[in-house]
This record gives sequence, C-alpha cells and structure tokens, in this order.
Amino acid sequence: MAELIYDKTGRLLFTREMKEEYTILLPMMAKIHFHILKNVFVHYGYKVRLLETEGPEIAQVGLKYVHNDTCYPALLVIGQFIQALQSGKYDVNKTALMITQTGGGCRASNYIHLLRKALVKAGFEQVPVISLNLSGLEKNSGFQLTLPMIRRLAAGLIYGDMLMSLDNQVKPYELNKGDSAALIAEWTQKLTDILAGGHGFRRKEIAKILDEIAEDYSKIPIQKTPRIKVGIVGEIYVKYSSLGNNNLEQFLYEQGCEVNMPGMMGFMMFKIDNRLEDYKLYGGSKLKYIAVEKLLNYLKELEQMVVNSQIKYGFTPITKYEHTKSLVKGVVGYGSKMGEGWLLTGEMLELVESGFENIVCTQPFGCLPNHINGKGMIRQIKQKHSKANIVAIDYDPGAPRVNQENRIKLMLAVAKEELSNTQPDKKPVTVKVKAVAKSED
Amino acid sequence: MVRIGLDIGSTTVKCVVLDENNKIIYEIYERHYSQITEKISDLLQRVKNQVKDMDNAVIAMSGSAGMGIADACGIDFIQEVYATRVAAKTFIPDTDVVIELGGEDAKILFLSGGMEVRMNGSCAGGTGAFIDQMATLLNVPIEQLNELAEKHEKTYTIASRCGVFAKTDIQPLLNQGAKKTDIAASIFMAVVNQTIAGLAQGREIKGNIVYLGGPLTFIPQLRAGFDKALKTKGICPENSLYYVAMGAALCAEKGADFDSVIRKIEVYRGTGNFAFNKPLFRTQAELDEFRQRHSKATVKKGNLKNFNGNVFIGIDAGSTTVKAVAISEDNTLLYSEYLSNSGNPVPIVKNFLEHIYEINPDIKITSSAVTGYGEEIIKNAFSIDYGIVETVAHLTAAKSFMPDVEFVIDIGGQDIKCFKIRGGVIDNIFLNEACSSGCGSFLQTFANALGYSSEEFSKLGLLAKQPVDLGSRCTVFMNSSVKQAQKDGATIEDISAGLCLSVVKNALYKVIRVASPRELGKKIVVQGGTFLNDAVLRAFEQEMGTDVIRPEISGLMGAYGAALFAKSKSSADSKSTVLTPKQLSEFVHEIKSINCGGCSNNCRLTVNTFSDGRKFIAGNRCEKPVTKKSPDESFNIYQYKLQLLKSYTPKQGKRGKIGIPLGLNMFELLPFWYTFLTKLGFEVITSPFSNRKLYLHGQQTIPSDTVCFPAKLMHGHVQWLLDNGITNIFYPCMSYNFDEDLGDNHYNCPVVAYYPEVIYSYAKDIQGVKLFHEFVGIHRPKDFPKKIYEQLKNYFDGISLKEVKAAAKAAYTEYESYLQKIRDYGDDIIKRAEEQGKQIIVLAGRPYHADPEINHGIDKLITSFDVALISEDVVSCKVHEKIHTDVLNQWTYHSRMYAAAEYVSKHPNMNLVQLVSFGCGVDAITTDEVRAILEHHGKIYTQIKIDEITNLGAVKIRLRSLLATIK
Repeated sequence: MAELIYDKTGRLLFTREMKEEYTILLPMMAKIHFHILKNVFVHYGYKVRLLETEGPEIAQVGLKYVHNDTCYPALLVIGQFIQALQSGKYDVNKTALMITQTGGGCRASNYIHLLRKALVKAGFEQVPVISLNLSGLEKNSGFQLTLPMIRRLAAGLIYGDMLMSLDNQVKPYELNKGDSAALIAEWTQKLTDILAGGHGFRRKEIAKILDEIAEDYSKIPIQKTPRIKVGIVGEIYVKYSSLGNNNLEQFLYEQGCEVNMPGMMGFMMFKIDNRLEDYKLYGGSKLKYIAVEKLLNYLKELEQMVVNSQIKYGFTPITKYEHTKSLVKGVVGYGSKMGEGWLLTGEMLELVESGFENIVCTQPFGCLPNHINGKGMIRQIKQKHSKANIVAIDYDPGAPRVNQENRIKLMLAVAKEELSNTQPDKKPVTVKVKAVAKSED
Repeated sequence: MVRIGLDIGSTTVKCVVLDENNKIIYEIYERHYSQITEKISDLLQRVKNQVKDMDNAVIAMSGSAGMGIADACGIDFIQEVYATRVAAKTFIPDTDVVIELGGEDAKILFLSGGMEVRMNGSCAGGTGAFIDQMATLLNVPIEQLNELAEKHEKTYTIASRCGVFAKTDIQPLLNQGAKKTDIAASIFMAVVNQTIAGLAQGREIKGNIVYLGGPLTFIPQLRAGFDKALKTKGICPENSLYYVAMGAALCAEKGADFDSVIRKIEVYRGTGNFAFNKPLFRTQAELDEFRQRHSKATVKKGNLKNFNGNVFIGIDAGSTTVKAVAISEDNTLLYSEYLSNSGNPVPIVKNFLEHIYEINPDIKITSSAVTGYGEEIIKNAFSIDYGIVETVAHLTAAKSFMPDVEFVIDIGGQDIKCFKIRGGVIDNIFLNEACSSGCGSFLQTFANALGYSSEEFSKLGLLAKQPVDLGSRCTVFMNSSVKQAQKDGATIEDISAGLCLSVVKNALYKVIRVASPRELGKKIVVQGGTFLNDAVLRAFEQEMGTDVIRPEISGLMGAYGAALFAKSKSSADSKSTVLTPKQLSEFVHEIKSINCGGCSNNCRLTVNTFSDGRKFIAGNRCEKPVTKKSPDESFNIYQYKLQLLKSYTPKQGKRGKIGIPLGLNMFELLPFWYTFLTKLGFEVITSPFSNRKLYLHGQQTIPSDTVCFPAKLMHGHVQWLLDNGITNIFYPCMSYNFDEDLGDNHYNCPVVAYYPEVIYSYAKDIQGVKLFHEFVGIHRPKDFPKKIYEQLKNYFDGISLKEVKAAAKAAYTEYESYLQKIRDYGDDIIKRAEEQGKQIIVLAGRPYHADPEINHGIDKLITSFDVALISEDVVSCKVHEKIHTDVLNQWTYHSRMYAAAEYVSKHPNMNLVQLVSFGCGVDAITTDEVRAILEHHGKIYTQIKIDEITNLGAVKIRLRSLLATIK
C-alpha cells in the first residue's frame, strides 16, 4: 500500500504510487460537462469516480463538518465527499479527492482547506486531496496538470457547452419528449470513448465533432411555440448544480420556459483573462502576459468553432466572450475579478440583449462577490433595459424551496404578462424548424 | 358568472367571491393554525353551501402556503404579488406604490413609472410574524401593542432584520426598565425601516401609496409609521385584507368543481411523504427507563417555613423568566420560584422577596447574589450583595451535581450558553448571538401558534412514530418547513418531536459547532428550562450518542448557582444587605429615559430611581453618565486611532474639493489618500465617523440587505458627501491591499475590494457627480504612479505625471508614519499595562471596526473593566514570518489577525477578542482559524459578533467570563 507522505507544511501528498492504487472522487457540478470531463483523467490513467449522489442529507453532512456560515457550495461539495467516504462504498485507505481551486480573492479558494479540516473532523485524515488549479498552487507528484491535459479538458468543456446550449434550445420545443435527453446520453457515451481513448482534442477533431452534434440536434423534430425565455446566471456552483439550486433548470422547464444558461467556457476565459487585466491595471511581467494571452486566444478559437457549427445548423449561436465583455463597459470595471466578477453582470446584459429578459440570478446566501456584481448591478441593468425582469435567489441550507419557487413564480407571472402582450394572438404559433440564426463577425 | 379567489397565507386564509361587477358578495378571513388542507376543504364547503349561483363559478388560488396544494387539486395558482397587482390595478387604478405586509412576507409594488415588484428575500424580519413575536415578548395582544404605541414619547433603535435580533435588543431595554409604550412604537419603526431599507433598494417611494395586508390593516400606528417615514399619507382601502384573494379571483379562468377539488385535497393530505428521523422512544418502557435514570439527579429539599438556620438567596433574572431560590447552609433547597418575567423583572423579584418574608418572617438571610440579564437592575433595586456573571453561576451549580464536569450546556428561553471546563475553570464559551433557533422560545412560539401550551406540545412528541426531519435552520424558515410537513401529512406528534430534534441540532451544529460528542467530553451536565422538556433531552442524548445528567432543578440552576456563590462569599457573622420587609413595603421604582449626550455614542439611558432616592442608570457604555467624568482613554488604542484620523483636516487647494467616504478600507487608507490628494492640490473633505443618522440617510440605496453593516454604512457616507455639496468623490476599487508579508497573498475581501462599483452604480445618475472608482494597485509602488496618472487624466485636467509621482511618494511615507504612530502608541500601552499589572486585550477586527457606530463602543466597554486595549495591527507587525495556517491565508486584514493570534498566544498577559461582522463570509473561515491558533496554545478564544445593532448584554457576559477566567 502507498506510503503516506507529507510536505513540510504537513499537507498529505498524492504520490505516484497512489496514482496506481487510489480511486479519485470528483464532486458533481454541471452534469453534462462533468460526465464528459472525467474521461480526460481516465485517459491519463487515473481511476476516477464522479459522485452522483443527491438529496438533502448531503447538506446535513456538510453542516456537521463545515462552519455553518461558509458558503453553500462548500457545504454541499464537502458534504458530498464525506457522505461518500462514510458510505462504505469506497476503501477509505485507497481513495483521494479532487477539488478545484481558483486562487482568487473570494472564499472559494479556501474550499480545499475547509475540506481538509472537515476530513480531520470526520476521521479521514489519511485521505489525500488534490487541488485542480491553473495557478500553480499545491504540487503533487502523482498528479500534474500538463498542457496536453489542459487542451483535453478545454475540449471537454466545449463539448459540454455545446450539448447544454443545444439541449436548452431544443428540449422545450421537441415533438417527441425525450429526444434531446436521448441525444445527450448518446453523445456522452461517444465522447467518453473518444476522450478516454485519447482523442477529440485537436482543432480538426473538435470542429468535426461539434458539427456532428449540431447536425444530430437539427434532426430532432420541434414545434416552436411562444415560451417564456429565462436565463440563469450566478455563482458558478449554484448556477449549474441541481443539488445546489434545487433543480432550478428542471423547475423552469416544467413551468414551460425556455432556459438559457451561459456556458462554462466563458467562466474559464474570464479567469484567464483576469491575469491580463491585472497586468493592464497594475503592471507585471510582459512575458507572462504573452503566454496567458496565447492560451486565451486558443480558447477563443474553440469558442468560434461552437458558434460556427451552431450557425451552420440553424441554431442560435452562443454569445462570444469578447462580446459579453464589451457589454460591461461603463457598468462595472474589468478589475472586478473575484468570484464570477464582472462576468456575472455581463451575462445578465448578454441574456437581456438576446431576448432572455427574464433572469434568475442565483447565489449562495452571503456570497460576497455577488453583493457587488449580482444584486448590486441589477439596478443599472434595469435602467439600461426597462424590460429586464430579474429575480435574485439566495440558496442555503436554511432557505426553503417553496420560498424560492414562490419568488421565481412572481418573476414568471410578470414574464407571462409581457409574453401575452407581445403575442396578442394566444394560439401557438408554428415557426419553421430552422430558427433565426444570428451571425456575428 | 361569479369568481372565487382563495388566498392561503402563512397564518390566515382569505376567500372572496366576486360577482359580475367585481363586487364582493362573500368573504372569509380566518386564522388557519397550520391546518391548511382541512381549512381549505372547510372553506370550499361553506362557499358551496352559502353562495347562490355557483354553477359557472371560476376559481383560482394564491398565497405562499397555497402553492403546492393548488397544483395538487387542480386549481390555477396565481403568484400573490402578481394577484395584488391585478387587484390594485382594477380597484384603485391611480395607485403608484403598494406596500403589503403579510404573515411572513413583505412586499413593495411600484405600479407607475416602470413596474417593479419587490419581495423580501431570505429574511422574514419586518413582517407580521415579527410583530407577533414581539407582542408575545411584551406579553400583550397585538391590538394593545397599537394602543401602547399611540402613547409613546420616544423610540429606540431596534433591529428588525430578524425577530431574533430584535428580541436581543428589546430584552435589555425591558430589563433596564424602558417603557412598553416606547418599545411598542420602536417595534413599528423597526418594521418600517426594514421594509424601506430592504425593499426600496434605491427607488423612491412616492405618489399614491396603498397599504394592504393584515398588519397594516389592523395596526393604525404601523401605517402612521410609514406615513411619517415616507412623508406622505397612504391609504388603507376597504377590503385591504382581501386584495390577494380578489386578484386571484380576477385572474380565475378555470371552472370550480367543488367536489373534485375537495376530494383531491383529502387525498393530498394523506401522502405522508416527508423525511423523518427515528423515534425518540419506541415504547413506553423505554420512556419509563429514561425517566427513571434522570430522576436520580436531585437536590435535598426542605421547608422554608420555620427554618431557623442561615439562608442564602440566589436570583437569576433571565431573558424571559425569573428564577429565584433560597437555600440553607447544607445546600438544601428551601424555596424556589420560576416565573415568566413579562418584560420587567423588578416586580417579580419584589413578589419573591415578599413571599419569603411572608412564609418565614424570622428568616435569617445571610447573603444573596443575582445573575442574568437583569443582574444590574435587580442588584441595585433590592441591594443584593453580589452580582455574578451567568456562566460562573451555572458552573457553580453544575459542579454541585458533578464535581468533575467537563461540559455544561444551558438552553434557556432564547439563550444558549455552554462552556467547556478544564482544570475546574471555564475554558471555552459558546453563546448564541446571531441566532436563537436552538432555544426554548422557539418551541414556545410554535406551540402557541398551533394552539398548545409548550408543556402539552412537547409531551406530544415523546412517542411520535416518525419525527419530521426539519434539519437545522432559522426559526423563521422553520415555519415554512413545518407547514410543508403538515401539508405532506405529518401529524402534530411528528412535528413536535421534529422541532425538539431541530432545537438540539441548531444548538449543536449552529452554536457549538461540534462534529462528534468526543469534542465535548464525557461528563456533560445539561440545564436550563428547555431541558426540562423530556423530548429535547432525549433528542440531545440521541444526537450526541451519550447519556448526560439533567439536574432535577434544571430550570433553576442559574439561581441555585448564584445562591451557592453567595454562600461561598459569606462568613458566619455576615448579614445580607438585601432589602428588609419594611424597606420592601416602601419600595418604589420610577423609570425615566434620557439621552446621554456625553459623547458621540449618544447612548439612550434609562434612569431607574428607587424608594430611597438611589439611582441606577442603564444603557450606558461607559462610566461617564454615572461618574460624570470622562472615561480614562489612555489605555484605549481605538480612541487613539480616531484621534489620529481626525487630524487629517482639509487644506484648501487649487483643484477644489474632493470627498472621501470614511469607511471600509478607506478608513485605514485615509492617511495615504489624504496625503496623495492634498499634494495634488485637492481640498480633501472626509465624511465623519458614522452615526445612526448618517446610516439612515443612506439606507434607501442599499441593494443587498445581506451585505455586512460596514458596507451598508458606505451609502450613508457617500450621501453625507453629496448632502454637503461635494461632487467629486474619490473611492477607488482595490482588489489588492498592501503586502505585509504575513500571508500567501494580500487581497481585500470582495466587498471591500469592489464596493465602489456598487456606489458608482447609483451615484452616477446624480447630476454633476464625478466618482473616481477606478481599479488601483497601491501594492505595486513602482507601477502605481504611472497607472493612476493615466486614470486621473480622464477625470481631472492638468495633472502631470511628475506631480503624481511626488504625491505618491508622500502618500506612502505618510501611511507608514501613521502605522508607526499606532504601533508606538500600542507599545506604550503595553508597557504601561505591564507596569501596572493590567491584563491586555487585543481587540482584533478590521481597521474600520474602529468606527464607533460599527463597534458600538465595545472598546470603551472593555476598558471599563480595567484592562488595556490594543488592536491587532499593534502586535501583528511583531511577527516577522508567515504564520502556518490550515486555511489559505490570502487577505491582508485577516493575515494580521492570524499573526496577532499567534503573538497573543505566546504572551501570558494578553488575550484576544475577535470582532466579527455579521454576514461576513470571510469570517466563517477566519474565526475557526483564529480559534484554532489560540486554543492550540491553551488560550481562550472570545468572539463578538457585531451588526447594525449589538446586544451589549451578550458582549458583557463574554468579556466578564473571559476576565473571570484569566484573573
């Protein structure tokens, strides 16, 4: 069995030996994305398990081991890990955990430390935790984030964004319920094979796969009826995680809405771009700037591929990062980088602009950056766009779902009225399958 | 065609039937006591039987408690705010703004000029439930609350953010003898402020205002409060209770099939689909065994009548109850009383003393002691010999049951006090400050709401089969969860047991924050009135997985401990100073409230005058109003900091005036920016230290009601600058603070870093205002001048890079010299304290916690205990290396705290008290870490949570407990 080795600060390391013997548990966030992304680790020889557990007990476990005033995502992620370790399903002497770490000025950079504290409290000191980050925090001999790995992860993100975007556009209108879900399952399997087999990350491959996905989606028969269009923005975990947001996407779908969730690539680009903005604002190393800029440009290329495929097959293309960024100008500064920073404001503006005037802005109760860029900016957005209909919803273990849904229903009631004002003829309107294709550049 | 509208609210149901002309032909308004489904079928039956021509009726349902049910029984659901809006548009078309308060909801609807609807988010402060709670606390019915408020003379500041906070504000006021009339009016003022601050979010409330909903309909004084605050005269229309129901009726489209709906509701009621825990007791035998075990922890009992030995009196004037005992030399309990304090403990203690004098006219009272919230007033009123801090009283009592006790937990009406004991002394104290969800009053409120007494209610749960799993959460939200469980078919027994479990979970996980019983030790004594409840006790043992001792006199432990303490202080020939029967018969107690005016804290003082002319002043934070002398501030670095900052006075310059809002990071950076801007030729106008008025002036523009109080204050500061004609405001964003080499990074917290963006987002619309809110990097002195020069150019003409460079140089120097002055003064305090043998308290917070409105005079309170006070930055600079922390040490202000904790833990004459802003997310991380550092070195960790309003009573308990331990 692998020896437990600690660095000089007392941190338990994930060693090469462990790579062979250990199973790495990953917490769930965005379902579509994470099911695809995990395969990149499989390709590099790691045994990984994505935790798919749900239910209110996770939060209760979290409350037990984490400071109760900590943000809700930390409670859930840590609760999910500890619950898994306690379940008996995993050999706790051969299990490691992986968690992301952004290194920014918000509390999220501390999740990993809170996780370690919780492990000690729960009696799992022997379980190593791997930090997944781009900032060079916490090195481990058994796990390295290499450039090829980053390229594969980026490809995985792009596929996830593509599937999510198309699913959101098609699902509310599909004639045969379940078509879109079936396609997601099918493509998740295909992409699993491709990525785990070490393929699907070169530019050409990506372009081809994206085209195939879009083509498949274009074949789903749909009927366009006027629906309430709702965008979801917010703190990244509660935005994407159904565990965190009480299944918000499904709830809105059941209320008859078309949902739009801006993709995860935007967040990655935002985090990378922050380094460039820091340089511009405060100064720093030009060399680093150039290297980071190169990475950002690469991601922009991938984003363009998604846009191309979507237009080609008649879908509404995702809004590009640079465009979202341009919308923020004069509203909030680019230096506002902690958490989701200005991107959160940007996504609201982008959604309103593209017809999703109704927005649910999700955040954990007491989320510090969102006081600024979420709730703090709603007023400005409404001044710019009088029809913007935004509801801010706080999530925490004490907030009952009924209250959240009640507030969302208020937003929907206003949206519905607006919809019937713009659609005097209430009968369902059949629109051609090939919907508006807004092209850019 | 008639239209039926139902409004299922959090406490009441409303039903209206409208005819073709939208006239109400039938109406019902009743409380539902949470029997929601039963009530709905009952209502529908009545409508069906009593209203004619129902054949073509259409129906819709609204209200927060109706959501799930509407779906289940096939009735259209109309969101209630939307329903209100429809009704208001129909019945009062020229309405501009609707203000509606309900049981748990507060709403503002802007109808004209850009429709907007606002609803309270995750906080039920300032609603009907809040007013109910307050009425309960004052022990008066709601109607009387209104009558009381009519006669008020002044108002106090009460937090209405949460009923819990308000209670902690009101209780000390009551205990100090404030008038109920004034408190009643203050409660309404609190609701008004909460509604405006929480919901207006910067939008002005003006035009034709309509008041709707129960509280505003039934309480004219509440309407008067809104009228006053909004400087207008709103109307409360006829049928103001029924607007939601009428709106639902107007929106109704679907035909009403009564029988089918009623049938579906019956089915819905029976789903039984809720999460539950294992039962408290499976069988009666288990329960009997449990009771048997606990009946062993008893005290000897005697009879006070004809008792001729020495008697010791102990009184515990608690937050909701008064407990008093008389014991003998051998600790025999001779007499006891346990009474609700009804808002004023003085007459109750008077009655108690009269009783014992009546029972035993020859009683020999040797000594007496009082503890609890009412300690000071009772001690003064009745000349009690000793006053002791609650924790010490409870420990004394617990030791008499278990000499080697390791952990004591006391759950009272609204306090949780628990402490670990090491080597016979209190080692670590946990008090609930921000949350009373783990307390007895929580159960009581629920019992009453469901129509039970709390004793009856708690017994119900003992043998419940499926105790509802309600988790641990805030009292207010527990309401909604309980209602949901009831809708899902949970029985009253299941709910009773579930609530008892929640009380325990809240206490353990929210207040004490344990993960396992191991942390608390094996020898646990539980006490306090709430543990008299067998269900709570059992839940506690279950959750902890260990048996504990509950003394038979669990509810009297504070008083019993006080009596034991009095005994320990007495000698054979002592005689108590307590009032004699004669003095008691002449006892008079008069109360007057005045404003101190001795300093900027402007404390509201309550002056109690007693029979022989003795006076007792309460509400003060320092000794000034009592001794008429200025307090000695030579050991108070917080006051020194304020003095230093005051010295940065405006100097006229060629570029005119520029304003700096003095809050958050600008507080400590004032020397830097003042110097920088003054050198550039600006006349720097600084907003003053905060006060209540300044805060209220800015509160309309606060967009997030859950952000920390120091951030909220920034709105007041900027408003002050604007009110004083300052149109150029300098308030830059700063992701990074100075790097003091104490951590892995040197960020500001997100709120501090980016609050200028929030300010900018409303200030930019004000004509002629120029707000410099650029991102600046003072952490890179080399790049700073160049970068800020580029930014300044866009705001002001004619500034040269050379000028900027010179100004920057001066700014860095001045900042350093400012810090050095503080360090020097701090060192001087340390030196003097050591010479005089004084203990030193390091009050560790953020620099802006020095603002008197933020720390509420806690600094003065601390120095009044004859200890020296320094701040974290005085000692953090003595630590020259990165402290190893188990968390990412990445915020400059917080790194100082870790370093200070490290330093303190190596100095026996120093102790650290951490100030924590309520709602500060970062402190969820730092508090645990600071605690860990201190405890690792055997030091006691003391935390004080501060908010808009702070309960100085709890602060005193903490400080006195700390001082009692270290002395």
